[in-house]
Amino acid sequence: MNALVIKNGRVIDPANNVDEVRDLFVVDAKIASAPAPGADALDATGKFVTPGLIDMHVHLREPGRSDKETIETGTRCAARGGFSSVVCMPNTTPAADNTGTIAFITQRAAAAGCVHVFPTGAITKELKGEELAPIGSLKKAGVVAITDDGRCVQNNELMRRAVEYAKMFNLPVLDHCQDYNLVADGVMNEGHWSVALGLRGWPAIGEDVIVARNILIAEQMGWHIHCQHVSSARSVELIREAKKRGIKISGEACPHHFTLTDAALKNYDTNCKMNPPVRTDRDRDAILAGLGDGTIEIIASDHAPHCSYEKEVEFDVAPFGIIGLETELALALELVRNRVLSIRSLVEKFTVNPARLLRLKKGTLSVGADADITVIDPEREWTYDVARSASKSRNTPFAGWKLRGCATATIVNGKTAWRED
Amino acid sequence: MDGAALERALTRMAHEIVEHNPEPESLAFIGIRTHGVPLARRLARKVGSILQCEFPIGQLDINMHRDDLSLRGLPPKVGPSDITFDVTGKDIILVDDVLFTGRTIRAAMDEISDFGRPRKIQLASLVDRGHRELPIRPDYVGKNVPTAPQDRVLVRLAEIDGKDEVVIER
Amino acid sequence: MTATTWKHKDLLGIQELTAVEITEVLDTATAFKEVGDRAVKKVPSLRGKTMVNLFIEPSTRTRTSFELAAKRLSADVINIATTASSLVKGETLKDTALNLQALNTDIIVIRHSAAGAAHFLSRLLHASVINAGDGAHEHPTQALLDAFTIREKKGRIAGLNVTILGDILYSRVARSNIWLLTKLGAHVTLAGPSTLVPRVFEEFGCRVTHDIDEAICDADVINLLRIQHERQRQTMFPSIGEYTAMFGLNKERFARTKPDAMIMHPGPINRGVEIDSEIADCGRSVILEQVTNGLAVRMAVLFLCAGRRSAMEGAE
Repeated sequence: MNALVIKNGRVIDPANNVDEVRDLFVVDAKIASAPAPGADALDATGKFVTPGLIDMHVHLREPGRSDKETIETGTRCAARGGFSSVVCMPNTTPAADNTGTIAFITQRAAAAGCVHVFPTGAITKELKGEELAPIGSLKKAGVVAITDDGRCVQNNELMRRAVEYAKMFNLPVLDHCQDYNLVADGVMNEGHWSVALGLRGWPAIGEDVIVARNILIAEQMGWHIHCQHVSSARSVELIREAKKRGIKISGEACPHHFTLTDAALKNYDTNCKMNPPVRTDRDRDAILAGLGDGTIEIIASDHAPHCSYEKEVEFDVAPFGIIGLETELALALELVRNRVLSIRSLVEKFTVNPARLLRLKKGTLSVGADADITVIDPEREWTYDVARSASKSRNTPFAGWKLRGCATATIVNGKTAWRED
Repeated sequence: MDGAALERALTRMAHEIVEHNPEPESLAFIGIRTHGVPLARRLARKVGSILQCEFPIGQLDINMHRDDLSLRGLPPKVGPSDITFDVTGKDIILVDDVLFTGRTIRAAMDEISDFGRPRKIQLASLVDRGHRELPIRPDYVGKNVPTAPQDRVLVRLAEIDGKDEVVIER
Repeated sequence: MTATTWKHKDLLGIQELTAVEITEVLDTATAFKEVGDRAVKKVPSLRGKTMVNLFIEPSTRTRTSFELAAKRLSADVINIATTASSLVKGETLKDTALNLQALNTDIIVIRHSAAGAAHFLSRLLHASVINAGDGAHEHPTQALLDAFTIREKKGRIAGLNVTILGDILYSRVARSNIWLLTKLGAHVTLAGPSTLVPRVFEEFGCRVTHDIDEAICDADVINLLRIQHERQRQTMFPSIGEYTAMFGLNKERFARTKPDAMIMHPGPINRGVEIDSEIADCGRSVILEQVTNGLAVRMAVLFLCAGRRSAMEGAE
């Protein structure tokens, strides 16, 4: 029998309009209305107790690049970061464009993962942007969305057909918005700093142009396109305006895009090289505003591990991507401290909103819901010692940062997946 | 040493140079920057007025030939050397203001041999303060001044500093 | 003996240098230029030191210049030329550099197609790292020799009107020159097609114009950059022919420059493209003197950086 009482925490459950200090009960892997006798106790005095957080943009690298990360180590990172569910991206080797790879991921997650893993399937075969992947079969195999993340379908006609087809299976389409011609071999935001450093620019319009096409296709097809890792001010404006007109478009922001700017690259630190890149103050402020007014409804990490030797090279040739699961919550809590968001709104962006988009029965603490719970100490000061990360990789720009706020327990299906010692 | 004593010393050195160089047609003066240069000019003028002729004068910056670059905190300022005559076959009077360890003279001799092959090099130093670290000895000395190694001997010349004097800072 | 204020064991770019430091390099180079006029063109300052020319991006002239500079300072020189990058199978740049350090190399001169490559090495190595050109980022010795040439011919840099003409966006020579000239108080005008000379350069203290005649009529110095129409630049302007017609320094345009305007070019020249053949050879062109000055400047840079590094090691 599995029973837990989480005592005296500030329970924040936006789905049920709850924000009060009280006890939370878990019985047999579900949220219960009353405690069971002999239940374990977890003291949450002074802490937040929220539905288990969901990170809907994570690269687990398995199958194919288990040197960078595995489902086991990636989910451990997630649990440490306070996330009870992750949504993993299909740019594995082989790509998740076939039911076999989906089955592998699902089985691995069941055997070795310590949090829920929801796979996405590819939009196109091998993410090449040429032919549709077997989307119907992928749905049957259990994907919660389709995306070519890592890549972006350039052929607008193909994207239109993909969205039209995915609608039939109730699968939202997630898009990594990048126009290959405009971006060419850009490695950092095009602007003052790319000029000063002599690095090729990745202009913001390379993202905006695809966000705009996604808005038009979503409007035309009456189906949902979600713009991943929005990094540009104009993209935020476009999404805001389209939402006003009722179009099924949404956006997600990553902590690095609302924390850093392209000035961070002045020392050619490859641990700050990601795609899309960090941009100017103006772009960062626009993302903060978008988070504040609900234009950007989801926060995700785009956790993208790479081996150290792969990153210890010249900036031009270093792979794009940074890890992020373990620093995500602290950086997101800054938004509340800086009054960009209320705590309720922040919790929504990690629970209710991604669950709704992906039709997951997650993100609430309703009685009878799965007992996925995150306990958060919002004031805990800590220093990010990346050498002790649960990830196999170390590529982060936040190494050594003094942060405030972290998860103290992550509960998955009523069992503690991770707890601070 | 005050200005008058300095002049007298130079005059005496000039006579000594004449005395020891029976073939003055081959004489040439090279001063080591910075203060060796005006001293070389003055000596050349004095010798020239004794013998009623003019002598070629060159200047050397020895900073590229130093052997102590790794011991100094910051790299030295280097200036150009300027030797417009052919040194080969000449009797060079090498002129410096203060002779101390001898390393500057060693560097200067190395550098001169990059310009050619003199017949002879003689050393004229206004002050010899002792504490040699290399087997170098002057041929003509203005004044022998005993010093402690940490003392500083400063030669000031009218052409550079506005007046002539030699002072010791202890 | 007076000391310079030079505290750098590396020369990675002009951006890190102060106006005083730049002037010190130029003054030092003046002295080293005289060495080239001697019968024995050698001084022992770097005797016993080893310098490696690590040229991942090929260049004969710059490499030869550095090699000769080092040899005139009595250093031993090794040349490593390779077109391999980390993408190609083989040793990474990091491993190549660490191997060289294991051989007790004192100075590594690096030319690489990736911006930031020199910074990358300087973080890894105890040796002095001299940037001979890293992607589009900087080519500091080129800017220093350009400044030396300007100062020698015009007597000063502050207050001069310097126009840099051509592909600014992809040019490390342009960038290093922009940082140096603005630091020393020159008025810098950049000119070329709007695709290659975007307005963002105004944020760095330059005037930007796309009208070549306006750019050169008041210039005291005109620095021409080489124009290439390689694959990456094909979307930037239609053809070499169009560039030459709109922006090339031909006889008619040259006639409208000031009578004492000086013509510079980092080389190699595309005769008939960015510059008319006759103008390249005329009296107001200092292109060949730039090469001579390059040698003196590189001797000065090696002297200062190696000297600083020796002092740092001696102090440990």
